[in-house]
Amino acid sequence: MIEQSNVLRKTRKNKMILFSSMLIMITCICGAFANFLAPFSPYDQDLGNRLQPPLWRDLNNRVHLLGTDHLGRDILSRILYGIRVSLLVGILAVTVSAVFGVILGLISGYYGGVFDDAIMRMTDVLLAIPLLLLAISIIAVFGSSIKILILVIGFTQWMAYARVVRGETLSLREKDFVMSARAVGASNRHIILHYIFPNTLSSIMVLITLNIATVIVLEAGLSFLGMGIQPPEPSLGTMLSESKDYLSRAWWMSTFPGLTIMLIILGINLFGDGLRDVLDPRLENY
Amino acid sequence: MSVTGVTSIAVSSMSGYLTRRFVQSIIVIIGISIVVFVISRLSGDPVNLMVSMDTPEKYRVILRKELGLDKPIPIQYLIFLRGALKGDFGESIRYGEPALRLVLQRLPATLRLLLFTLFWSLIFAIPIGIFSAIKRNSFFDLIGMACTFLGQSIPSFWAGIMLIMIVGVYLRLLPISGYGNGDFAHLVLPAFTLGTLEMASFARITRSSMLDVLNMDYVQTARSKGLSEFVVITKHALRNALIPIVTMLGLHVAYMMGGAVITEQIFAYPGVGWLAVQSIYNRDFPIIQAIVMVVSIGIVVTNFVIDIVYTLIDPRIRYD
Repeated sequence: MIEQSNVLRKTRKNKMILFSSMLIMITCICGAFANFLAPFSPYDQDLGNRLQPPLWRDLNNRVHLLGTDHLGRDILSRILYGIRVSLLVGILAVTVSAVFGVILGLISGYYGGVFDDAIMRMTDVLLAIPLLLLAISIIAVFGSSIKILILVIGFTQWMAYARVVRGETLSLREKDFVMSARAVGASNRHIILHYIFPNTLSSIMVLITLNIATVIVLEAGLSFLGMGIQPPEPSLGTMLSESKDYLSRAWWMSTFPGLTIMLIILGINLFGDGLRDVLDPRLENY
Repeated sequence: MSVTGVTSIAVSSMSGYLTRRFVQSIIVIIGISIVVFVISRLSGDPVNLMVSMDTPEKYRVILRKELGLDKPIPIQYLIFLRGALKGDFGESIRYGEPALRLVLQRLPATLRLLLFTLFWSLIFAIPIGIFSAIKRNSFFDLIGMACTFLGQSIPSFWAGIMLIMIVGVYLRLLPISGYGNGDFAHLVLPAFTLGTLEMASFARITRSSMLDVLNMDYVQTARSKGLSEFVVITKHALRNALIPIVTMLGLHVAYMMGGAVITEQIFAYPGVGWLAVQSIYNRDFPIIQAIVMVVSIGIVVTNFVIDIVYTLIDPRIRYD
């Protein structure tokens, strides 16, 4: 009985992983090949063709599949380039935060003492400041550009990595294989890099997957507020914020970019959830 | 005799635990003030953040002197801290009033939004979570969990725009912006926008902790005593299943405050989050500083209160 329901659950999970990997693959293809797939340039304005509805609502419109925006730009093309920007910021920002967080977590867990106290108090402090407020107050000082955006987001995301890796390092440090390595005279650096770090990788993978979703939403949110990617660069958040003034006239301007973000996040979340079940069920709360 | 002995040990270790958490909270608040201070010094000349761009150089010189910018950084921090302790974050560049006062004026609107959001999301999330757990792998569970996944994937700003479009513009059911006179109608859409994600995560937490608890020995015992399933669930399982929600609440208050920044902006809801975004547009840094301090201290205090509640409801807690 129990076995049966477990099998059922596993197959459902497998289907979820399959479905979500397909979503993620489509997203990556859209982002990577935006310049081949997009029928128009994302920047070209065509003021004679403003606010054209999607193809199926208007048979005269034969070229703009998802319609045009308030400046006559092709929405499909802007979405495709927007996906590219989202993925670029997502991957780079997560790299920054993962590298930073993992290094601090390893040091904190392995050496303990003052390092540990300082780093853990630092995560307490940064977790108490709402992410978005922290991000916008840094952007208020530096102004916004894509580089700053990546660094700022990276800086606000490393805490989860540091905490999880620290926890795992603490328990790994006492394991027999680490003790024996130390007994034969391996240096601390060697132990951390070759014995502890590889064993934290599966948790890090899960965190990275789920974190990419958070970061993409954060980037879109900041761009939505006008503090992320600046117009005319295509970004899904900027497109949504531009659509606000045309809600009664052009539903397609807000519907499609939002739907795109939702599908990207859904794909990543489902995949991360499946991955967590396979690799590390204890990470539920992160 | 032995019973009182055990109780007094428990009480003393509990108060010890709370004292330790109190000291930790103070350290975190000091840490927050350091972060806020460092951010304001990142640009090189903080005076640029304190005054408008067309301020003549001689006022800037006076202000630099007043802020002690000619002194070493640690002294500058102490001057900042002394001001912060007195509630002095400088004057708003745009409004010419003390920054803290402006922030506190906006605070009630935001608290209303947060409390109502928390209320409705928990009211829906807990029954959904419980029912999904009891009827695990049923059709209801499947649909419920699919919906929570969707709920967790919809960015709040898109949910807000869609609600404005459908409920406000096409159906004309509810007001889509502003505060009104603080009436309920103006609260519905922002609270719904802010709460979708919270509801989804609370439902998932409830479900998974309920599943854990339902497999515990004491629940099996209660069942085997012949108690009805209803009594087993409400009296025995639920109380313990809700503990993870209390644990996660502190973290979620911080999430929600971040979400409120965007939600208030979408609905032109005049709370702290709206003020924060407007202040960035106006380059009004003193207000931003005050907001980050007030909100973060609020979150630390909330977490401390949650810790107290937590020790009261969970007898198994370890005080270390």
